Amino acid sequence: MSEDYTSMWESLGLDLAAHDALLEVLGKGYQDIYLAQKDRPEGMGYFDFVMSEVHGLRIKELLDEKAAGRKVIGSFCVFVPEEIVRAADATLVGLCTGADFATEEVEKLLPRNTCSLIKSAFGFKLGKVCPYLESADMIVGENTCDGKKKSYETLTNLVPNLYVMDIPQVKSAEGRALMKAEYLRFKEAVEKLTGVTIDAARLKKGIEIVNNKRKAIHRLAGLRKADPSPISGLDALLANQVFFYDDPVRFTDSVNKICDELEKRIGNNEGVFPKETPRVLLSGCPMAVPNWKLPWIIETSGAVIVGEESCVGERGVRNLTDDTGNTVEELMDSIVDRYFKVDCAIFTPNPDRLDHIVEMAKTYKADGVIHYGLQFCQPYLMEAMPVEKALEAKNIPCLRIDTDYSMEDVGQLKTRVEAFVELLK
Amino acid sequence: MRYAGIDIGSRSIELVVLENCEIIETKQADSGFDPMAQARKLLKGVEHDHIMATGYGRHLFELSFDTPTVTEIKAYAVGANALFPDVRTILDIGGQDSKAIALNENGKVMKFEMNDRCAAGTGKFLEIMAHALGFGLDQFGAEALKATKDIQISSMCTVFAESEVTSLVAKGEDRREIALGLHASVVRRAVGMLKRVCPDGNIFFAGGVAKNSCMCNLLEDALGQKITVPQNPQMVGALGAALLADERK
Repeated sequence: MSEDYTSMWESLGLDLAAHDALLEVLGKGYQDIYLAQKDRPEGMGYFDFVMSEVHGLRIKELLDEKAAGRKVIGSFCVFVPEEIVRAADATLVGLCTGADFATEEVEKLLPRNTCSLIKSAFGFKLGKVCPYLESADMIVGENTCDGKKKSYETLTNLVPNLYVMDIPQVKSAEGRALMKAEYLRFKEAVEKLTGVTIDAARLKKGIEIVNNKRKAIHRLAGLRKADPSPISGLDALLANQVFFYDDPVRFTDSVNKICDELEKRIGNNEGVFPKETPRVLLSGCPMAVPNWKLPWIIETSGAVIVGEESCVGERGVRNLTDDTGNTVEELMDSIVDRYFKVDCAIFTPNPDRLDHIVEMAKTYKADGVIHYGLQFCQPYLMEAMPVEKALEAKNIPCLRIDTDYSMEDVGQLKTRVEAFVELLK
Repeated sequence: MRYAGIDIGSRSIELVVLENCEIIETKQADSGFDPMAQARKLLKGVEHDHIMATGYGRHLFELSFDTPTVTEIKAYAVGANALFPDVRTILDIGGQDSKAIALNENGKVMKFEMNDRCAAGTGKFLEIMAHALGFGLDQFGAEALKATKDIQISSMCTVFAESEVTSLVAKGEDRREIALGLHASVVRRAVGMLKRVCPDGNIFFAGGVAKNSCMCNLLEDALGQKITVPQNPQMVGALGAALLADERK
């Protein structure tokens, strides 16, 4: 990190010793997993910088924004509409959920058989190591899976500013009406927090900023159809992860710059792995920073990841929000329409996700699909079986992985992934 | 040309050397606490031109000896196919993991299932239970087969099952009946895994646990069909690796 941020972290109430330990592990992991890769696009230098400053410069920027009167809103889920937050000149940040931390403290509050992602959110709070969470003026919880919605009943005792948003579970007219009512309520809460009245012009601007960010990611995804793949799955995942933290305009520019570079690579028939390297589509639970375990295993086992059917990936960014409306009512409807299409496994039934996995496997010319289920994540683990069946019916090999954030099963996973890659050859 | 395959498992290391597709040498050693030293010992004086490593310790071997590697799943598929070309399903129960592998008519892996991180239902489980009941591992299966009925064991976790066995022994239950119950519980788990890969045709049983006669009998009863056990079930992976070393040259 370029500067000493100790006093900033102290002012946020972080546990400095624990935070140092976290940064050390994160830095080492990044070195071993990211910087050890060969032939990375030069443009990834931006993301290396972002990661090196993820708890430093980016937090300073957020605190500067706060000093200028703007607000920071933290979220755990892609159902929290960023357009509304942007419309109020506030910043939406994804909160840390990608590593085990303070597990013993967490297990005093949550059952052991809670998924790693939820435990991690609590661990970062209880261990006092997430500067994003501590900078946030409002933390949005969303009633998605049972684990999350019940855990918010406990989290609200740990943070002063938890706002819980209800999310429908069925894609019916009633479900949509619920989502709309909840998004309108959220808009009011954001207005109250920021003191900004969100009008149509502001909403349009918010939609434009977020759509541009999505378009850049769509462009990046499209370039991964090439063989050889011009970028590793790990690097593309990192861009999708940083999507949740970074200044959106700067992020959009940086991703587009990488895309320019990748287009040149494709033109020269260059890639990060040799042509005809087995291509894998990763599907399932979201992977937040620094949850790189499975992609790292896959890409060090002779395969390249060509797409992520994930909230941190295509499920999260798939559709743009229609910005043609002229009134707040029309634009809010477009926002609801856009988010109502997200095919999260909390919906029942959820046939769109099956279709999207098959479609993505074809679009990105994947030789096989690895389904990543986070242990104890019922919605995705339950869908894993029909996903496997649907793919097998189309002669697309599928490997179901059920794991968590610990490293104890790496050897076992490596054998399974290597054997899967062998059968793709 | 001589092609060698080495299978570095959690409990034992096997070595097979081929010349003109014929096995000319096989060797075995315990993995011990320093498997690379054991592998070195095993390889001492063994002539070969190419070698391929498989098994749990393959990456460690790759680092020490700079050799190509293959997963035990593919190695078992290739080895089994060479021994019995009509095999479509392989059950491999080794020292700390178990696998069910489905092959197509060309012997290519189509699908596989593997136990997850704990050693329940593997050779390690049987080893600890044999010890708990005072049987040698070699006699465990034969002794269990002498029982006329089995005592149901409900725990699959090695730690819980060991306490269950201890309490059954304390109640004065026949240790052969307990042994039969333990074997039956491993078989139930193996059959569950086999069913998930949709077994078809001839089932081939390999790995150290295939040497256990009680396991073989109970598996045949549970599956309602004969199973094929090779003469040396622990060598199948090393054989497959040696054949792949030949293919690769």
